[in-house]
Amino acid sequence: MGGDQEKSVIEKFLEDNVLFLGPDPEIMESHQMAPVSARETEAMAAFNNPDQVNLVRHKLQTACNESFDMVEQMGAAPGAKWGDLISGVWTAQGDLAMASMGGVLIFSVLTQHPVKFILKYWKDDPTVGIRPGDIFMHNDARYGNIHNTDQSLIIPVFHEGELICFTGAIVHEGENGACEPGGMPSAAESPFDEGLKMSPFKVGENYEFRRDIMTFLQNSVREPKLQLEGMKSKLFAAMRMESRVRDAIEEYGVQAVIATLRKTLLDTEQETRRRLSTWPDGIVRTNLFADGTLRENCLIKIRCELEKRGDELIIDFRGSSPEFLNRANNTVLASLKGMLAQEFLSFVWPDLPRNQAVFAPIKLRTDKRSALHCSPDAPNAQSMMTFFPSFTAVQIAVPKFLYSAGHRATDVIAGWYNMIVTFIYGGVNQYGELVGNVCADLNGMGGAARWNRDGEHSIAPIFAPMADIGEQELIEEEVPLIKIVPHRLMRDANGFGKFRGGHGYQQIATMKDSSMWGFMCCSIGSKFPTTMGIFGGYAPGCYPLCKVRGVNVFEEMEDNRDLLRFTVEEIMNEQPFPGGRYTTHHMGLQLEFAQPGELYMITQGSGGGYGDVLEREPEAVAREYLDELISMNTVNNIYHVVLDAESGAVDQAATAARRQAERDKRKRLGKPYKEFVKSWETEHPPEHLPYYGSWKDKALIYRGSRHDTCPADAIVPVMMRDPKDVRIEQLEAELTALRAQGKG
Amino acid sequence: MAANSVAITEYLEIDLEAERWHCRRCGHDIGPARENYKEGLLVYERDPREIHRPILDDTKYEFTYAPDPSWCRIIEFYCPSCGTMVENEYLPPGHPLTRDIELDIDQLKQRHAQGEAK
Repeated sequence: MGGDQEKSVIEKFLEDNVLFLGPDPEIMESHQMAPVSARETEAMAAFNNPDQVNLVRHKLQTACNESFDMVEQMGAAPGAKWGDLISGVWTAQGDLAMASMGGVLIFSVLTQHPVKFILKYWKDDPTVGIRPGDIFMHNDARYGNIHNTDQSLIIPVFHEGELICFTGAIVHEGENGACEPGGMPSAAESPFDEGLKMSPFKVGENYEFRRDIMTFLQNSVREPKLQLEGMKSKLFAAMRMESRVRDAIEEYGVQAVIATLRKTLLDTEQETRRRLSTWPDGIVRTNLFADGTLRENCLIKIRCELEKRGDELIIDFRGSSPEFLNRANNTVLASLKGMLAQEFLSFVWPDLPRNQAVFAPIKLRTDKRSALHCSPDAPNAQSMMTFFPSFTAVQIAVPKFLYSAGHRATDVIAGWYNMIVTFIYGGVNQYGELVGNVCADLNGMGGAARWNRDGEHSIAPIFAPMADIGEQELIEEEVPLIKIVPHRLMRDANGFGKFRGGHGYQQIATMKDSSMWGFMCCSIGSKFPTTMGIFGGYAPGCYPLCKVRGVNVFEEMEDNRDLLRFTVEEIMNEQPFPGGRYTTHHMGLQLEFAQPGELYMITQGSGGGYGDVLEREPEAVAREYLDELISMNTVNNIYHVVLDAESGAVDQAATAARRQAERDKRKRLGKPYKEFVKSWETEHPPEHLPYYGSWKDKALIYRGSRHDTCPADAIVPVMMRDPKDVRIEQLEAELTALRAQGKG
Repeated sequence: MAANSVAITEYLEIDLEAERWHCRRCGHDIGPARENYKEGLLVYERDPREIHRPILDDTKYEFTYAPDPSWCRIIEFYCPSCGTMVENEYLPPGHPLTRDIELDIDQLKQRHAQGEAK
């Protein structure tokens, strides 16, 4: 035996003896739907009346919305309560055909991967199989979904022995046993630090969870009761949807359900292509810069080029930052696609059905082992730190197509605020229970300005059009986290423009009545704004974490209530509490244990502005000034409006003169393009900047220094140093210098 | 706006017949529509703290709500005729400017002739 025959024997042996079923690139790198099956073709031929299809579609859509409400009402996780979930129906081939209207729309195009994995690897495996009543679960982003704080639960739906579809739900459950509590560890330096990593697997049969597996899962996380409760609420939601599918089969026949699911996907893709074809053909480019990994500040380039031709859109991120092998800010390609789909489902075509076909006409180009297409070796629990800025890069590019498009379902809009400004907590609550999770304040992101109006203040997160920030009083009943100032808008920190971005609110938090309590934060944008304005509108500013430690404000205020201040600005600039240590930081805070009464302060961000500040209606400027949303400095030096400080009355003539003077000044100071470029552009990133990504040439990637590069098609992942080691080295150098001075 | 012009942004339009970028505020002829419109504008580099003031005392704190001027600069693009700020970019010092819009003019003309473009 030899030659080809021998080779085929070896290949067969290897196929039959796979030692590890890792993430399957064939599944993970494709967001396309499975080809229409013979069964679906037959069903669509038999059930083809559009009105009847519409009836079945509405019935299934109502089922998705109903089960969404069930999870939101039953779920114990803060994420479930505020709507960080979706529920849906997948075809028998694993494509998400219908999903709940609310919730986190990112999931719409990245939940199919685990279902396809189950179909490909477990369906015919004699040790697993798919049978009626089976329950599958999953949370590892390398096999689909966003990050492993989200847990999905899926059940198959059979009819007379035939697999018809799957139903299920995905929820941000929070705690997952990672190296930090709360489910989103920014301290993770490998996937093994990120806690429970469930590849798609069977956790129950006959609609019941296996007790041994449940016990194992509960032992893997800090909140065992939450783990059980979360799984139960998702299962009941999936079962309710299953019964609704059965109702539809009974009423309309099995062909109707199979045909409607596939037809919904086909219709959605067709309509998306039709809408894209009304955009002008061409290329739009943006460059965005994330300013940190959550462990340290550094500049992480997001290079984005959108090319629209006919009814297709190509989004090209090549030339963006390399992967960070020991930081949690990397994005799995599928997660990136999910976040980009959010732009189209929330901000461009919110009237389209929520399913994965919305993304079918869109192609992505990325460099492998970049931060936006990371390898399974890289941690990804904080992928939002790269895929949110990537979303914004697309969001501020789209208006340059949409402004002249033939079809617009929404208003042209600037960059929404895009960071998770909230506290993650962990510790022992007032009832003596170990808890760890995230506050819902992340949902209070400031809205962006539109072409015809200002952005809304602290309105909704970029990843969900309808989500709640929760009631502070209810939160305080469950955890010992007190907000001394919970929701006061921040002055002067928004995106200015003809129309301005909505303001964000200040969160001044402390803790009380706990033997052990820690805070975390996970946002970037303390040195470089994360979102942008459009058409001459400014970005919002930057946002720090502020702390007052070494003081118990409850004791301080017991007899001195006059010490209390109600804004971050006053507390930090006036330093009213004697003996306190007042410090500012970037917003990447790893778990830090606090003492009662110490203050941790962050500020929810604002959306970007739209248009030239000199075109803002002066009366609108006056109203904002009187509402204490902007200072007189902003009135005078940004908007160039002349108004009476007491009444807010605008002096129209003086304002017109001042604005004309500002326009004249611009013409005086501005340089012709070529002359400017000559004095501005450099060959390499500046020596002082820790810069990651391409500079002039997208094929050459910088790895933190102008002297350290690699080709974009052979990226060498970056290993970052421990920030504490870096700090110790700096302090030792200072000490050595001081000692030398002393000797001198 | 002329009948043969298409508004591309709040401040830019393309005259399809002449194939030229124009300012939508003053009508200024900015340059060829097949080229980078930014080349016909005035450019100014601004310290970001002039727009995003340090809300916290910058003599006391490293992070103040203002962008770090050694990491981030604002590049503003003005119409040379009326001084309107047409666009801006936030860039690290020395980073190449972005050619942000490069439309297919032939297709735009075709769409306009068929009444598709706004």
